[in-house]
Amino acid sequence: MKPAANRLSLWLLLTPFLLWIVLLVLLPHLQMLRVSLQVRESWDTLEWGLQQYQNFFTESYYWRTFLRTGAMSLFTTFLTLIIAFPIAWYIARLARGRSKSVLFLACLIPFWASELVRTYGWMILLRESGLFSSWLQALGWVDGPVEMLYNDVAVIIGLVYNALLFMVVPLVTTLDGMDENLVEAGYDLGGGHGTVLREIVVPWAMPGIVSGCIVVFMLTLGSYLTPVLMGGKDSAWFTQQIFTQFITRFNWEQGAALGVLLLVLSSVIVWLGLKVSGQSLRKVMG
Amino acid sequence: MIRSVPRSRLFDGLYLAYLVAFFVYLALPLLVTAAFAFNDSPFPSLPWKGFTLDWYLADGSAGRTGLFHDDGLLRSLWVSGKIAFWVTLFSVALGCVNAVLFERLQFRGKEFLYVLMLLPLVIPGVILGVSILVFYSGMANDASAAWGIELDLFRPGLTLVVMGQVTFIATLSTLVIAARLRKFDPQLEEAALNLGATPLVAWFTVTLPWLLPSIFGAAAMAFLMSFENFNTTVMLTGSDTPLTVALFNRLREGSTPVLNAVALLLMVLSALLAMLVIKRPRS
Repeated sequence: MKPAANRLSLWLLLTPFLLWIVLLVLLPHLQMLRVSLQVRESWDTLEWGLQQYQNFFTESYYWRTFLRTGAMSLFTTFLTLIIAFPIAWYIARLARGRSKSVLFLACLIPFWASELVRTYGWMILLRESGLFSSWLQALGWVDGPVEMLYNDVAVIIGLVYNALLFMVVPLVTTLDGMDENLVEAGYDLGGGHGTVLREIVVPWAMPGIVSGCIVVFMLTLGSYLTPVLMGGKDSAWFTQQIFTQFITRFNWEQGAALGVLLLVLSSVIVWLGLKVSGQSLRKVMG
Repeated sequence: MIRSVPRSRLFDGLYLAYLVAFFVYLALPLLVTAAFAFNDSPFPSLPWKGFTLDWYLADGSAGRTGLFHDDGLLRSLWVSGKIAFWVTLFSVALGCVNAVLFERLQFRGKEFLYVLMLLPLVIPGVILGVSILVFYSGMANDASAAWGIELDLFRPGLTLVVMGQVTFIATLSTLVIAARLRKFDPQLEEAALNLGATPLVAWFTVTLPWLLPSIFGAAAMAFLMSFENFNTTVMLTGSDTPLTVALFNRLREGSTPVLNAVALLLMVLSALLAMLVIKRPRS
């Protein structure tokens, strides 16, 4: 093809991409940043200022929720990794033939239901009039109804449940490609289970671990339904505050500032995860 | 702990118990939700009072309104369907174009643009929704205040919801289609060109058929993701509430087995859709 035709086809293909990225991602986020730096003096005058960010640091309710959300998301990510690893290992290395694909598909089944449906299922199980409470009473282990919903443990159970798929799939993919001779060599050279796991398996699975952890952390940090519906009065989630500012209080400036802060937190942690493990976004996501 | 390394009976037993516990944990909430769609009691909880189809079929005359007579839910189902249709169309079209752009062409700044393409995946869904709301709805407000022009298109509503969802679903469909295009042998296309086909004909008769399975896969995924999305949608929705938002509002008022009926219907529909994609013969 001639260079001119080449140029033309490049621009034809580049235009939709640029429209999408610029109009739906870059401009809206820049505008959000701009709005977060504007202070409303009266109903129609705006000034540049850091008022909204000051509010965040002076109102302990904001930054406490922020830290809590971050810490609980990290914990959920860690827990999901610990729970998912043996399952991924079994599917990738121990199961064979048909049972392998059946088990893998079984991991996907819960995700044919939306997050709302999954959360609702947990509510039916855990609440005071729920199944677990009824079963415990039927067994005679407790005297009256037990409330297991509306606390942090319930929130974590729900968050881990929502996140599992996004951990199991990348782990299975990387573990599947591992050469078993490496593991055998590790044992032959006198390594115990712990040594082999630490020196051979984990380094090999690192790309999968990192990509699973990043996706899970992101999803958990940005989740709304599970913490709102399963959490108690004191377990506010940061997305909930953003929602309140925008929808209930119509305070877009404050909401935008909180949004920027959430975005910064998630970007920093994702970036740190990539740096510490020596991976790149392209390798992990693409 | 691979097959060739001997393991103790105890270890095997514990491992199996763990697997069973894991899959029970995965299945239990869904099974319970499905079962209570048929319980003959106004609350989705024990005791079991017998089997009924009221939560689907009751017409409101006996104090119960089943899903198929619940206009509010049916309307929101239709709204979700419309949104999912447009999101699927735009995401898959963008996915095809992007896949060709990144797999076939060489140009300066490609690496940088590729990272930009991945960006929507590492932005929380709520933020995607908020930023689009601030930009477009703010623009509509400003236009109205400054010039008296009403840009109703950019007020919270269907258009904004579609835009918000396309933002990240397009990235996912790009990744699905690009992965398939990477495995394509470019010599096939060259052969078509050597045999006298124009580039356009070669694309439609050789490359596109090869991509078709991934296009169907991406479409099914896009439809499901759009239908189930809540976080981005809730920020952008107007008076026409999509199903997930409508269900959320109902749930806050209190749970009834009608919600279980909707949930089960959704599970069955998405299972059918997933089955359709998996069962398609691979070419």
